[in-house]
Amino acid sequence: MPRPGFVLEVDRSTPPILFWRGENFSLEKLPADRSRVIYAPEPHKVIDDIDGAINHALLNPVDMDPLPTLLVPGMKLTIAFDDISLPLPKMTRPDIRQRIIEAVLDMAAEAGVDDVHIIAALALHRRMTEDELRHQLGDRIYDAFAPRGMLYQHDAEDPDNLALLGETAHGEEVEINKRAAESDLLVYVNINLVAMDGGWKSTATGLASYRSLRHHHNTHTMQNSRSFMDAHKSELHKSNWRMGEVMRKHGPKIFQIETTVNNDTFPKPFDFLAKREWEWNGRDRAKFVAAKAGLNRTPPRMARNIFHGIEAPHNMTSIQCGEVEAVHRLTTENVWKQQLVEVQGQTDILTMGIPFICPYNVNSIMNPILVMCTGLGYFFNLYRGKPLVREGGVVIMTHPTTNEFHPVHHPSYIDFFEQVLTETTVPHELEARFEKQFAQDDWYRHLYRTSYAYHGVHPFYMWYWGSHGLQHCGKVIIVGGDAPTVHRLGFTPASTLNDALEIASDVVGRSPTITHLHTPPLMVADVK
Amino acid sequence: MIAESLAGRRIAITGSTGFVGTALVERLLRSVPGCELFLIVRGGRRGAPSRVRREILNNDAFDRLRSELKDTAEDFEAMCARRVHAIDGDISVDGLGLSESGRAQLASCHIIIHSAAAVAFDSPLDSAVEVNLLGPVRLAALLNEMHSESAAKPHLVAVSTCYVAGNRRGHAPELLVSEGPFDIGLDWRAEVDSARRLRGDVEAASRTPQALERFRANARRELGAAGAPALAAKTEQLRDKWVENELVRAGRARAASVGWPDAYAFTKALAEQAVFETKGDLPVNVVRPSIIESALAEPRPGWIRGFRMAEPVIISYARGLLREFPGVPEGTIDVIPVDIVVAAIIAVAAKGPEAPFITQVASGSTNPLRYSQLVDNVRDWFTAHPVHDAEGQPIVVPDWNFPGRGRVQKQLDRAQTLVMRGERLLQSLPLRGTQATWSARLEERRIEIQRALEYVELYGLYTECEAIYSVDNLLRIWNELDARDQDTFCFDPRAVSWDHYVQNIHLPSVVEHARVKMTPGKTKTDRSARLRANVLSPNRQVAAFDLENTLIASNVVESYSWLATRHLNGPERMRYVIRTLREAPTLLGMDRKDRGDFLRYFYRRYEDAPVEQIERDAMEMMTHIIVAKSFPAAIRRVREHRALGHRTVLITGALSFNVESLRPLFDEIVAAEMSIRPDGTYSGQLTKVPPTGETRAQVLGEYCDANGYSLDECVAYADSTSDLPLLEAVGHPVAVNPETRLAAIARKRGWLVEEWDKAAGAPKKLLPLAPMLNERQR
Repeated sequence: MPRPGFVLEVDRSTPPILFWRGENFSLEKLPADRSRVIYAPEPHKVIDDIDGAINHALLNPVDMDPLPTLLVPGMKLTIAFDDISLPLPKMTRPDIRQRIIEAVLDMAAEAGVDDVHIIAALALHRRMTEDELRHQLGDRIYDAFAPRGMLYQHDAEDPDNLALLGETAHGEEVEINKRAAESDLLVYVNINLVAMDGGWKSTATGLASYRSLRHHHNTHTMQNSRSFMDAHKSELHKSNWRMGEVMRKHGPKIFQIETTVNNDTFPKPFDFLAKREWEWNGRDRAKFVAAKAGLNRTPPRMARNIFHGIEAPHNMTSIQCGEVEAVHRLTTENVWKQQLVEVQGQTDILTMGIPFICPYNVNSIMNPILVMCTGLGYFFNLYRGKPLVREGGVVIMTHPTTNEFHPVHHPSYIDFFEQVLTETTVPHELEARFEKQFAQDDWYRHLYRTSYAYHGVHPFYMWYWGSHGLQHCGKVIIVGGDAPTVHRLGFTPASTLNDALEIASDVVGRSPTITHLHTPPLMVADVK
Repeated sequence: MIAESLAGRRIAITGSTGFVGTALVERLLRSVPGCELFLIVRGGRRGAPSRVRREILNNDAFDRLRSELKDTAEDFEAMCARRVHAIDGDISVDGLGLSESGRAQLASCHIIIHSAAAVAFDSPLDSAVEVNLLGPVRLAALLNEMHSESAAKPHLVAVSTCYVAGNRRGHAPELLVSEGPFDIGLDWRAEVDSARRLRGDVEAASRTPQALERFRANARRELGAAGAPALAAKTEQLRDKWVENELVRAGRARAASVGWPDAYAFTKALAEQAVFETKGDLPVNVVRPSIIESALAEPRPGWIRGFRMAEPVIISYARGLLREFPGVPEGTIDVIPVDIVVAAIIAVAAKGPEAPFITQVASGSTNPLRYSQLVDNVRDWFTAHPVHDAEGQPIVVPDWNFPGRGRVQKQLDRAQTLVMRGERLLQSLPLRGTQATWSARLEERRIEIQRALEYVELYGLYTECEAIYSVDNLLRIWNELDARDQDTFCFDPRAVSWDHYVQNIHLPSVVEHARVKMTPGKTKTDRSARLRANVLSPNRQVAAFDLENTLIASNVVESYSWLATRHLNGPERMRYVIRTLREAPTLLGMDRKDRGDFLRYFYRRYEDAPVEQIERDAMEMMTHIIVAKSFPAAIRRVREHRALGHRTVLITGALSFNVESLRPLFDEIVAAEMSIRPDGTYSGQLTKVPPTGETRAQVLGEYCDANGYSLDECVAYADSTSDLPLLEAVGHPVAVNPETRLAAIARKRGWLVEEWDKAAGAPKKLLPLAPMLNERQR
């Protein structure tokens, strides 16, 4: 039986705590008697017979007929699936999506359906490479569909392949992939890593165009999603559900398949990274010392390759399919079961180690803008109820935050860093002044469509993602960050955690309470 | 009395655009209100009246007079219109090249003051002879010719120099050299002939095949593969420069061989002799000043025009460049303020022909300034008012040891050799960007050392000169003046208090003129920002970009390698790499020699490549070679130009299908085109001359013509000297990550230099090979 999440009160006997620092980590001693550390629940058990569970789910959907009965010869079937941003880190082969799509294709073949398209639901993310697609879908699917042009990636900038389904009551346009919109059945294959994923967001965001996305990917929505992990308090969620309403009326029939995975994040020999420090044995300690010494001597480029090579042992803990909203309710419950940790009260200072990966730098570089988004966007929002840090409190991250960008994946990020952040870091201001120009830029559009670049507007979305955190916190400090780069982000650099606590004392006084979010593995703090 | 005796006189002046000339014009206009002036200047493109207005009357010497005449009945402009006349004439041409009206005006003059000279101590021998020696002879001959009939001939006052006395110690009287004890009986006509012949000889020597080959080789070394026209222009420029240098050397050598410090003093000495022999009954007087420096009092203390003899030396010392300067501490440095010289000239002119034939205006005999006294004053002043370096730190001036000239020269020679070797070394390395600017910096350093060497060579002799110039004639004229004239036209050398003059008058003025940094704090170099704003002005029309090393850190060999290895397996790749590496030196050599030939040769490799496959692979290559290796700032700049409404043009020797993916950035792509065979494969042959070297300038010119744009409003970005014709053709050239030679050229010409780099996260691959495909993918 896995142990639930745990909040450790730090006392003088508590060992130093692990902090991620990008492609490295450190052990930091937290002040006794006023610090606490939040640990995620231990990984839940993976389903033993995954293929059996998939088949069972497809035959027993929620509020919908079994999949085989929906499949008829001559129909247009489209299978859409979550892209490389999920799960993190990537799963060992075979990926859940491969297993599910193979099962769906088997049923389709049996039913005599031969017009099948498989679409990666990229939204405005970068296209995946052939290697990445093969990893997710397996060689069998790839070789059968890709050469015939029936396995491809959603292109949010292809005017010929988008369909406007209508507008919500709030005037939000719903425009999605034309093939998906015109299909007799749209099967969506999801991996629900966090509570924000899935539901209508799968289709209304994953298959949408910029025209549609801008209605909820903006400062206003993000500042009113508290947090976006909590559907009841998330404006992002509400907007997607409104769009779902339009899809239900005017869109294709959707067969939603949602899965949850456990939080078994690190394979051997990195498994000590998920362990609670006081439970480290001699071998864990040795592994830490060896890994740290090794990484300190490894060029960052090589360290990055090592970390991005990690394939996580996490796997499926539940699968549910059928009608979107009903399915998503079940999925969310399962996510909470794995991730929720009850925490009493807020803190003055929230510390977090920023790891090497976030949804937007798989096989890529955690650039400064993604550091901001991971810290203030994702980690800050890992709460239900109230933010972990009090209003006006301080967030301290640890990350090297160098001025380094992937030229192929993040070209518009480079210009955002050079041209936008030099002017302003205020979310609604940069949204008003610069978003349109980046979103409609021909060159970014060209790179998004033909190379492997995130859409021109994507860095703005990263900034909006952190806008609730920015608005809420009194100060943000990055320990170990490259000073000019951190200044550009509008944050304060510090060389050590102790320096950072000194700097924070201007805002929160000499003996603040400190909470460390011990993630990854992922968790959500249920703050009472 | 002086003002009265010159009232109603018409005075012609040569050399009025010079230091003494300008002061003379000012003084006559202000202190001799009754005279009229005829200024003989070379008209040039603008015409004589315009030059007089712009180069003389606009000088700050006239500020005082201008303000004095303000709010009077006749203001400065009106007074000048009435009293100042411009005559278009050239002293180096027989008859001065005067027009009819110019001749008439000159003929009407009562007094002619000849102060035109080639004052540079290092002018080529023949031009020194034409101007300094023959100038006054021509003037005298012309005046004699114009007044051959009349009895009242005009009075010629010629300005010479004390240093005509040559390298000698002790007393130098106010006598013609030929009358002194050290005359060696030179014939000035023979000197003129030989100088003219020398010009022909040197010109001929510069045109021998060996010499021309040398110039060509040097031009190539300096420019690289810049194309035939640019190379030709540079070669001719180098030849011209060589001829000049030879003549300068010849002048210095000839002067030294017969006992003068330089060609200036030598030709001036001969000029005095020549005028004396050819003047006939024309009344002539000679005024010989020593080293003329800034004004003591008139028109204002410290007034100076141009960068003169002592100033470069003083500034070099203050900037810490010249740590030592040769000289004898107890020697006399004969300096005389310009207003004293001017007053003396006017006094001689007023006195008329009965003045002594030669009048020396010098301080050495009556009020000597010791070299050590000058040096102490300079050091004290700069210790109190240090010059600041670019970092805003004050420069501490060194103590002066009064070393011999040989030692200083040896030190500087050694430094020069060292710097030159470093420069050669850097130029031979394939450097770019910041490293390339080292070489530009070294070059600057070399030029500084060279200049210092020249100072030491040229002026060292003057500081070591121990001749004492007697001023008996000058003092006789002085003593005859009444008190009012002595007050208005002070030319008594004894009136100067040297400590006061050097510290409070001369040095502040020199520092102001040299525009050196006298305040602490870092200088903000807003030059780049200004140039950048200029380049990104909405007025620009076209922005042309080179590709390799300007937009991306890649080249045609890399893109070929990528495409060629895309479908190869491990062993095949190995063979490809070995083959290419073996060929690399040959390819590099070809590329250096002629880019166009290299491209043609290299592109043969595409022969038989299937068009369809290449086009498909080229799309993928965009990610791996073009986007991954692009300079984000460069791509940003292209888009900034587009946003401003400029047309963007890519001019590259790369093959069109390899740059197709850049299409969205450019309105026009000019690339090498390869013909396609009917069977759908490439022929390996180009359809036209690839756009390299001077062809690029032509291509851009044609584009501008066809679309109604002006090259002056074009911006061009390029990285190597082979693009020099393109950069020179446009109004706004930008050197991007320039290689050593281009960095030096850009620095000299004040072009914008951009240092653009790949994104920090860009993949670093040793070999530009396509990622290996597995069996399934292939």
